[in-house]
Amino acid sequence: MSEPRLEFRDVTKRFPNRNRSAGEAESYVTAVKDVTLSVADGEVVSLIGPSGCGKSTLLNMGSGLDLPSSGDVYVDGERVERPNEHVAFMLQKDLLLPWRSIRENVEFGLEIKQVAPADRRERALELLDKCHLSGFADHYPHQLSGGMRQRAAMARTLAVDPSVLLMDEPFSALDAQTKMVLQQDLGETVSATGKTVLFITHDLIEAVALSDRVLVMSQRPGTIIEEFTVDLPDRSDPMKRRSHPGVAQYVPKLMSLLHIGEAAA
Amino acid sequence: MDTIDKSAAGPHAATTAPSWWTRTCRALMRRETALSIGVLVVFLAAWEWGPALFDIPAYIIPPVSEVFAEFFRMITVDRLFYHVGYTAAEVIVGFALGTLLGMLIGYILGMSPTAEFVLSPYILALQIAPKVAFAPLFVMWFGFTVYPKILVAVLIVFFPIMVNVLGAIRTLDHDLVNLARSFNASRLQLFWKVEFHAAMPPLFAGLRIGSTLAVIGVVVGEMVGGNTGLGYLLVFGSGSANTAMVFVSIILLTLIGILAYVAVVWTERRVLHYIPARGAATGGI
Repeated sequence: MSEPRLEFRDVTKRFPNRNRSAGEAESYVTAVKDVTLSVADGEVVSLIGPSGCGKSTLLNMGSGLDLPSSGDVYVDGERVERPNEHVAFMLQKDLLLPWRSIRENVEFGLEIKQVAPADRRERALELLDKCHLSGFADHYPHQLSGGMRQRAAMARTLAVDPSVLLMDEPFSALDAQTKMVLQQDLGETVSATGKTVLFITHDLIEAVALSDRVLVMSQRPGTIIEEFTVDLPDRSDPMKRRSHPGVAQYVPKLMSLLHIGEAAA
Repeated sequence: MDTIDKSAAGPHAATTAPSWWTRTCRALMRRETALSIGVLVVFLAAWEWGPALFDIPAYIIPPVSEVFAEFFRMITVDRLFYHVGYTAAEVIVGFALGTLLGMLIGYILGMSPTAEFVLSPYILALQIAPKVAFAPLFVMWFGFTVYPKILVAVLIVFFPIMVNVLGAIRTLDHDLVNLARSFNASRLQLFWKVEFHAAMPPLFAGLRIGSTLAVIGVVVGEMVGGNTGLGYLLVFGSGSANTAMVFVSIILLTLIGILAYVAVVWTERRVLHYIPARGAATGGI
């Protein structure tokens, strides 16, 4: 198999413990512990785990915003030491700049990379077209619905043409139907462009519908406790995959791994 | 599925909106506007005939007609517009310099928590100190020139601007900073493309306050020393028991303040056009 696009090798991240009570020995909190994972070229991997298990910490390290306390992160075979152009991230919040039009928002990353105005404009319009926002280039974020704003955020992420997309619950703030439409768009875009994706989610069905592989993390300190391949067809068509009978076998498995039933009892 | 909020005032709303003249005519026909004008008429009538009715002498409250007469007398005899221009120029310069200084220090302290920590006690002390009390000191330093007036205005305008800019940078969404960083933005790019713009709405809130404070700063400066400006005429009128002159000065100072405020609001509407329904929240002012 080819060299992995994204790789975490024995990554541990500790943060200083700010609200430590008296007598507590440890002066730091371990957010993630000994995480080793790799995502192959063009693969979509979902990461599921309880709240506060350090998923977002992993993502920050992947994008170079945060450095591991020990271990290494590699993207395209290069050790990640700072934010780099191979990786782009997308969060639950759209993070659109309210003072910029949608087109200017999509151009944001290109502008920082000092791409010529005419080129970045062309690229932005092309992506807006792909993301079904062609009529809204000159609108401002407040004029768009949540789903459209998230599409614009997607266009902005794709504009810098990263090889790896790090996504932190990008659709979790959307209503159920909009969410499915955007999942469909993502599924299609990812397979059309061959992007590599690490996708954090709380939504078990979303994980199964979108990914090739699912990783399950434990409570803090977060570590990967289970990994399985989603052996279902139609990764590029999440709507179709959702209705596949095979989905039913994965969801209860995930529920038991995450102790969801016990929490309810 | 995805719908666009047509009611939101956007860049396109302006093209379809009625003209300024049509809107003004419509506004004048509104009941509330008529009532508002009614209040003014009643107020002016009470001012004209009220004092005589209650046996209040003209040197306490001169009737409005006398204030008007004094206004025209001052134009011809006292070079009133020269003084108005003087005061207005000081207000503009003081406001502009105070704003620039406030923005500069606000951005610097916002970007450097260390600088904020080191300097905040002194800035707080200076903020608590009554700025107008500095006026006599500045007159001692710079004499009867424009500088003490402008300096008081700068000092008094500085704080609301600085505090608002600083607050905006402090409360900036950290994920937004991370987004820029993930694109490998330099410190300077982060400032010009994110922080600078993010501070605009609070900056304008500060400018609204600052525009009225600038007038106060200048007047106090003029009252303390010198022989120009409306503040000087105010003190002169008071000293020569010319109450109408005092009234004229106060009214003109208020007008300068209103113009400064309106200029800020006008600019704000253009700069912050991307914020929905800006006018509605402020009652159209």
